[in-house]
Amino acid sequence: MRKKKGNTPNAKKITWAEIKRQKFLLIWSAIFILYGIIFYYVPLGGWIMAFQNYKPAKGFLGSDFVGLDKFKFLFTDSTFLQVIRNTFAMGVLILISTFVMAIVFAILLNEMRSMKGKKVVQTISYLPHFLSWIIVTGILHDALSGTGIVNEVLMKLGLIKQTVNFFAKPGYFWPIVAFANVWKETGWNAIIYLAAITAIDPSLYEAAAIDGAGRWAKIRHITLPGIRPTIMILLLINIGNVLNAGFEVQYLLGNGLVQSVSQTIDIYILKWGISQFDYSLGTAAGIFKSAVSIGLVIIANQIAKRTGEDKLF
Amino acid sequence: MKKSKADHIFHICLAIFMVLFVVITLYPVLNTLAISFNNGLDAVKGGIHLWPRKFTLENYAKVLKRQNLVQGAVITVLRTVIGTLTSLAANALLAFIVSRKRFLFRRGMSLFWVITMYVNGGMIPTFILYKSLGLTNSFWVYIIPGMVSAFNMLVLRTYMEGIPDSLEESAQLDGAGYFTIFAKIISPLCLPVYATVALFVAVGQWNSWFDAMLYNRMSEQYTTLQYELMKLLSSVMNQTGSVDSMKNAASSVTPVSIRSAATILTMLPIVCLYPFLQRYFVTGLTIGGVKE
Repeated sequence: MRKKKGNTPNAKKITWAEIKRQKFLLIWSAIFILYGIIFYYVPLGGWIMAFQNYKPAKGFLGSDFVGLDKFKFLFTDSTFLQVIRNTFAMGVLILISTFVMAIVFAILLNEMRSMKGKKVVQTISYLPHFLSWIIVTGILHDALSGTGIVNEVLMKLGLIKQTVNFFAKPGYFWPIVAFANVWKETGWNAIIYLAAITAIDPSLYEAAAIDGAGRWAKIRHITLPGIRPTIMILLLINIGNVLNAGFEVQYLLGNGLVQSVSQTIDIYILKWGISQFDYSLGTAAGIFKSAVSIGLVIIANQIAKRTGEDKLF
Repeated sequence: MKKSKADHIFHICLAIFMVLFVVITLYPVLNTLAISFNNGLDAVKGGIHLWPRKFTLENYAKVLKRQNLVQGAVITVLRTVIGTLTSLAANALLAFIVSRKRFLFRRGMSLFWVITMYVNGGMIPTFILYKSLGLTNSFWVYIIPGMVSAFNMLVLRTYMEGIPDSLEESAQLDGAGYFTIFAKIISPLCLPVYATVALFVAVGQWNSWFDAMLYNRMSEQYTTLQYELMKLLSSVMNQTGSVDSMKNAASSVTPVSIRSAATILTMLPIVCLYPFLQRYFVTGLTIGGVKE
């Protein structure tokens, strides 16, 4: 957050006249604070369940405290350890693949000479972002099915002899999830890089051209350094979200055959917390996820500070 | 001359890449469209690409006769309209408050909301809260909990901070109160960013399904289009033993063809609208990105 000097709150005096003048702002602020407390801060109080053997009938006060038992259960449960691995692996895979693809796509789009072609490609590239994950996983499922286009092309090219059941082999699951994210978000994520590329001073390119720089030299020494701050900021934001990157696709595409690689922390919480009514265990897993996410944001922020980039807060 | 030849080759490769990109993006969508117009039993054989082989409207007729899907469509339209309007109004008002330079608790109020972006209670405590507030098995779970979002508020605030203070000051000299300034002076200038935020919220409302599954699983009257689509998707994925496939065994409609038709109908409004709204989401994303 930016701080403006000379307009610090200390300069403001709380007087009755001022309070009266700002009545409209203050009343609505109070309403918003009340709303925020109920919907964002009260659930934090629910974290107490993680240290209890919470029973809805007994409530927060009547349930027995069990200390760290729920956490001990989590970290000795081999499924949960597997789930942590899956969440991290897919989160990192999605983060890297969508980042690289969006940057490459933005740079290539910028190189296109035909303005009309550029516009058409860009408009089409946004489309998948607006489709829900239900739709995306549905059509992806069709494309990868036995009669789908992927099997058909691979057969025609002679790369496979029999149709591959992509959803039955654990080895395919992570790449499919990464591809689904790349397919959905590349065009959308490229918007912000394209805006950053347009903001680069054109005279830099002209000067480089006079010095005899080719296309790749210009991309390497002008375009990439020019969008570096944007890349860093987005990377910072998204590192905190790595653990959130794994829910919908995995939930919708996962099945019994690939369970060992498809389950993520959120699915685990849903399964234990909602379906099995073990609210305490679900909350404990949720706390673990929040703690790791916040840790990741803080680490990313520290790294940014060291390397002299903009930081988030 | 050597250089221009290399340039030529580069542009050919670039064109091939872009064509491939467009094909990979559009093909699965167009394929679903073709299947939705094709006889269901015939489609099982495969080999349908961009054009139906045995044309039929039966899939669409079946979809429109399904009570759940129609009910889901009604709820989805309602939640999109009501959710977008209330969320826009709430976020705009909050952004207006925290962007007033003279406001006494400006920093504290901003911080209170920024924190919510990083810390949240998680799925289970939230579920219990909604349950105890009576929001489960109710339409309002789609509207009330997500009404204020710190991210959208920050996008709006950044835009409002760019409006010169002199406008507010001169209005105050004329005796205008804060509500008048908000409604008559700031809001008309914010229409582009309002459009952006409304677009984000509307798409989110239209596409969400998890809330319907988690909070309204037992109340079929509050089902949504995407949740119904999700049920169809799972019936396709576990085709064995699905009630639907048995029920429809006599007709030519299969779960796949029904789902294709439902998918096309669900994405239709978005596909028709988004090309015209491009400039709004591009500006919005740039504001949000620079600030965040």
